[in-house]
Amino acid sequence: MAASSLASRAVASLSPSISTGASRDDAGSSSVVGFHKRSSAFTGRRVRISSGHGSSAAHGRRSCVVAATAAPVKESPLKIADALVTREEGLELYEDMILGRCFEDMCAQMYYRSKMFGFVHLYNGQEAVSTGFIKSLKKDDYICSTYRDHVHALSKGVPARQVMSELFGKATGCCRGQGGSMHMFSKEHRLLGGFAFIGEGIPVATGAAFNTKYSREVLKDLSVDAVTLAFFGDGTCNNGQFFECLNMAALWKLPIVYVVENNLWAIGMDHFRATSVPEIWKKGEAFGMPGVHVDGMDVLKVREVAKEAIARARRGDGPTLVECETYRYRGHSLADPDELRKPEQKNKYAVRDPIAAFKKYLLENGLASEADLKTIEKKIDEIVEDAVEFADASPLPPRSQLLENVFADPRGFGIGPDGKYRCEDPAFTAGTAEV
Amino acid sequence: MAQKVLVPCSSSSSCGNVQFSPSRVHTQAIAFGGGLSQSSSRKNKSLALKAVAAKGETSAPVTAKSGHEILLFDALREGLEEEMARDPTVCVMGEDVGHYGGSYKVTKGLAEKFGDLRVLDTPICENSFTGMGIGAAMTGLRTVVEGMNMGFLLLAYNQISNNAGMLHYTSGGQFKIPVVIRGPGGVGKQLGAEHSQRLESYFQSVPGLQMVACSTPYNAKGLMKAAIRSDNPVILYEHVLLYNLKERIPDEEYVLCLEEAELVRPGKDITILTYSRMRHFVLQAAKTLVERGYDPEIIDIRSLKPFDLFTIGNSIKKTHKVLIVEECMRTGGIGASLRAAIVDNFWDFLDGRPECLSSQDVPTPYAATLEDATVVQPAQIIVKVEQMLQGLI
Repeated sequence: MAASSLASRAVASLSPSISTGASRDDAGSSSVVGFHKRSSAFTGRRVRISSGHGSSAAHGRRSCVVAATAAPVKESPLKIADALVTREEGLELYEDMILGRCFEDMCAQMYYRSKMFGFVHLYNGQEAVSTGFIKSLKKDDYICSTYRDHVHALSKGVPARQVMSELFGKATGCCRGQGGSMHMFSKEHRLLGGFAFIGEGIPVATGAAFNTKYSREVLKDLSVDAVTLAFFGDGTCNNGQFFECLNMAALWKLPIVYVVENNLWAIGMDHFRATSVPEIWKKGEAFGMPGVHVDGMDVLKVREVAKEAIARARRGDGPTLVECETYRYRGHSLADPDELRKPEQKNKYAVRDPIAAFKKYLLENGLASEADLKTIEKKIDEIVEDAVEFADASPLPPRSQLLENVFADPRGFGIGPDGKYRCEDPAFTAGTAEV
Repeated sequence: MAQKVLVPCSSSSSCGNVQFSPSRVHTQAIAFGGGLSQSSSRKNKSLALKAVAAKGETSAPVTAKSGHEILLFDALREGLEEEMARDPTVCVMGEDVGHYGGSYKVTKGLAEKFGDLRVLDTPICENSFTGMGIGAAMTGLRTVVEGMNMGFLLLAYNQISNNAGMLHYTSGGQFKIPVVIRGPGGVGKQLGAEHSQRLESYFQSVPGLQMVACSTPYNAKGLMKAAIRSDNPVILYEHVLLYNLKERIPDEEYVLCLEEAELVRPGKDITILTYSRMRHFVLQAAKTLVERGYDPEIIDIRSLKPFDLFTIGNSIKKTHKVLIVEECMRTGGIGASLRAAIVDNFWDFLDGRPECLSSQDVPTPYAATLEDATVVQPAQIIVKVEQMLQGLI
């Protein structure tokens, strides 16, 4: 038991050298090795992989570390008991990852059956990040995503029906069919989007974190302690808004965690071809916050880092930059032929499937039986099937919906020649928005 | 005298609950203006209409003794301060708004009064701090984002277009974005091309935004308050050269209507539509025009998006001639949209094509002579109006 719990928090004692040469030639083979360092910021302890466990060899899993460049912010040694999941927690995590995977697989099917359209970006392979982070949040916490947002929405609690309907463009979608795949929002579940341009969601997330600080310090409402998570990819980390927001968040100690889902590719752009200093976690230090690297294919490791980063934000110590090493099993979008990624790289990550790994973990540690997991899988199958049926049966938005949500205050459409506000005519929403 | 009182259109409540009553004042004013003009003619100078509306006719309902004199930047500040005192969720963010008091003093003293978090000095990152203001607004605050110069907000175009303009829609109405984006724009005194930009034409196509332009201390304060109370994202355009304009404004609280235009001078011969600094050039030109016996009706459209087609239309129905005088570029400018709206809606009432005087489509030159030639000057307005009223065009 002890060995396996340690394995989940393994810190590799690997050389910290970076072999950029190798990484350019053969993206993915040993390129990630260079990220590893020895020290652990959060725990202040070094833990070694127990060779008896053998998990790393068996899965070819690179044991990744909780690494940081900044000085340890706070020494909070985790007890061994904290590192374990309870059965309930384990099943919850498993179910959430299965939901994410199954839903995305269904999206692919539906897309090829012309039920959903446009640009659809699937999350297969990255489930550990969404589950590990979002399941560590409270309901009042905010998340902000990108166009690869279906699974973030599901993890946060947006019903599968609403997400599927939105993808089908139906009026029952979470955004009334007006947003689509890349613009998932939920006020109830505090999902702030869904953004098509990379980087543009990061300031929005930073603003939500600012609101928490404002609520506490200006409005004196100490019951507000919402933390915000901003999810984005490796490509975004070369964008100005990323750096600008790291600066502001650190400056004002905003309660936010910046979660980088580094899946090594920005459409067809290899991270190493785009980035002068590929270790994204290092950039936290440049802006005065801890930068942490974690194995994004291991939900327990992600969860451990997430808990600490979220707790740090919640107690007012400021932001954290977490780089999750992860991988998307599918192309950038369903329209991406995905010709540039080499089979060797894909295979390397295929054997690190976060769901398979966690399933093994649960079984080996007696936290669940095969039957338990099958039950969950079946339950999720039904949920996803139901979501499709619901979406199929839902109505398309009527023409009258066209102008309804352009303005929160529809007087923004102005005063017509007859002296009345245009919105006084209930039929105007089916008309034109000329001003 | 018809007392003009601008009734605020209860701008803080949602569509479902509010009484829709755009002020009917304009009809009164027009009737009033029409009554006077019946007895005037080009030759009858003794009944010459005033070029500039007298105190009783202006939109500032104050007598000479009541109210207080104020400069425009201070009127903006007063409006902002009142709103911040009234609603603790109202906050300001921008460069040098806090300790510096704002580069045009619009936020002078506010940081001392309300604290550094409510009047937030941001680093120089327009796109990100505008986006931060939007995220804060989505989650419950009412942010006022200041662009130190309007032109800097070009860097925030991503956030203004995609997030301020769109998120209410793409979220299916779940999130509102009650943000005010404001700052000084327009051609100044040899500030150079990049500090002399007019962004109203660039942002006007963005769906989901409202745009208003202030031009007097009275409407500056009233529009600032209205913009802050609005649940829509509003861009408030100020002008670099108008900040020191002085006017007497009411002591009592007032809020103007974001969607309404302002009748500056009633008349019967021609409708002149203008906004921001050009209002004052039009008024200056009007002095000469009136001396020469013309009777222009001058409307400050104030609401650049949407247009107040009621006020504009009533005027056109009376005068049948329209001249738009604007400072933004000719290509794709406010005038271009306004002409299209006029043609679409009031074609039958026009005696001739709607005319437009706009700035030249050039980056504003530094040299004074060239800069002057970039923008419309009062002399050009006089020439144009005379041509139109003499039937020469």
